[in-house]
Amino acid sequence: MTSLSRDDVAKLAGLARIEMSDEELVALSNEFTVILDAVARVQEVAGADVAATSHPLPLRNVFRPDVVIPSLSPADALSGAPAQEEQRFRVPQILGEE
Amino acid sequence: MIRNSASEMASKLASGEITSVALTQAHLDQISAVDKDVHAFLHVDTEGALAQAAAVDAKRKSGEKLSPLAGVPLALKDVMTQKGIPTTCGSKILEGWRPPYDSTVVVNLKKNDIVILGKTNMDEFAMGSSTENSAYGPTHNPWDLTRIPGGSGGGSAASLAAFEAPLAIGTDTGGSIRQPAAVTGTVGVKPTYGGVSRYGLVAFSSSLDQAGPCARTVLDAALLHEAIAGHDPKDSTSINAPVPAVVAAAKSGNVKGLKIGVVKELNGDGYQKGVRTRFEESLELLAAAGAEIVEVSAPNFEYALAAYYLIAPSECSSNLARFDAMRYGLRVGDSEGASAELVMNLTREVGFGREVKRRIILGTYALSSGYYDAYYGSAQKVRTLITQDFNKAFEKADVLVSPTCPTTAFKIGEKANDPLAMYLNDIATIPVNMAGIGGMSLPSGVAEEDGLPVGFQIMSPVMKDDRMYSVGAALEAALLSKWGAPLLSTIPALAGSK
Repeated sequence: MTSLSRDDVAKLAGLARIEMSDEELVALSNEFTVILDAVARVQEVAGADVAATSHPLPLRNVFRPDVVIPSLSPADALSGAPAQEEQRFRVPQILGEE
Repeated sequence: MIRNSASEMASKLASGEITSVALTQAHLDQISAVDKDVHAFLHVDTEGALAQAAAVDAKRKSGEKLSPLAGVPLALKDVMTQKGIPTTCGSKILEGWRPPYDSTVVVNLKKNDIVILGKTNMDEFAMGSSTENSAYGPTHNPWDLTRIPGGSGGGSAASLAAFEAPLAIGTDTGGSIRQPAAVTGTVGVKPTYGGVSRYGLVAFSSSLDQAGPCARTVLDAALLHEAIAGHDPKDSTSINAPVPAVVAAAKSGNVKGLKIGVVKELNGDGYQKGVRTRFEESLELLAAAGAEIVEVSAPNFEYALAAYYLIAPSECSSNLARFDAMRYGLRVGDSEGASAELVMNLTREVGFGREVKRRIILGTYALSSGYYDAYYGSAQKVRTLITQDFNKAFEKADVLVSPTCPTTAFKIGEKANDPLAMYLNDIATIPVNMAGIGGMSLPSGVAEEDGLPVGFQIMSPVMKDDRMYSVGAALEAALLSKWGAPLLSTIPALAGSK
């Protein structure tokens, strides 16, 4: 049986950039024990001789002609911005973190 | 008027018996009357719909040649972008967002002069089988308001069964068109993967997501299918080939000599008695219509659910990274000195619901170093095995069939705290998405024990979508002559319904 501790879930939540309460971490950790048991069944038939399929269509390098087509205006592109300044997205500070 | 099929409405529009404005208004009135109980819609675009309808009426008056569904109203799942119209995906993280562009499906709907009434409710980011995961509250099944309408496209299916719209758009990643169709007594089709453009369909699991038509008859679904399908340079996974002749197939409904394969693994234990009875009856009707029924085996389908719940969460953990509070949507905690990372973490905590978080974390785990091969890698191998099972089965049969879902609609809240029980709903629909083939659900009657609708699933090979429409039309015709009236004519009346 695979299980994920509260701390394992906390680490994953950090990687996924989701803040989580202690209560949520514990609940998810309990659920994952059951869910991982169920999904681990894929290992029963996934032998080394079986190729992997990542996508239903056998596509490779789909190109389109390199022509200029209309795109969003700056006003449209910024229309949903939580904050903007001088025709740019205004975001919280990125540098200067620990 | 609102109880007609879309094609009946289209003929009345073409003959001048009714106008699109009157037809659209009748549906808006029905929405006003019943949607407080059904909650199929998250947004109703009254002004936009009436303006679009008036424009179609003017075009018709001027003698312009119009498409077959011109002037007929439609409900749009809230996962498709429509310029200037709120698009939430059932999530708080997109509350109030108005996309600056149209999805290709919407472009095609507008090109065909199909009138868009509004946006329908769904499980958040299409993750769920009951529409209970919507951040805006559940949709109720018009057959019994205490029950779920299926999911994730419960709003689209419920709008059809409540006569709020004759047509709807859904998206199907693991059954989100077909399972809601089954439990509401409507028709839902997942076209071949790549048959309908995904441009502007907010991505959940890119290798599985496929938009498709929802309707009350097989012919209506086919007409909508042809309106929205076709190659799109804006979607690199869109198939560059002619759209299968689904309308012609739905009109002919000919199954003489066609081999119909019953998938042994998608029946039996775990399937409700009334579901099995209706399935057997449908097989007899198809045999009587001239089809040959054969049995096929797909031994790896029993691993499909496990593989799906690794592949879909893995892809979603990557796709949903775009909701980072920077360019659009919700932003929380942006106070003096707060870092971008903190704002992201706080926004995603508040903006995402429980199931979405569960899947993002599961996907993050399945893709993480050290576990990738055991989980995501193994799931991809199962995907190969399922595709091989389908290929072998299609050597013996032209189409495959099964019940769409193991049970009829369950009660709202019944499975809300048991994710695994909820996932089991999709056991018969998921293999289709894994292989990228086409799948349809159409009503096969009600289960004797509870009087609730049962769905019949038809699966067809890649880009042979016309075959499922032939079979669907044949079964629909046989059932209609048996019942004397469409199944939905027996649905209990909603309070205030027109």
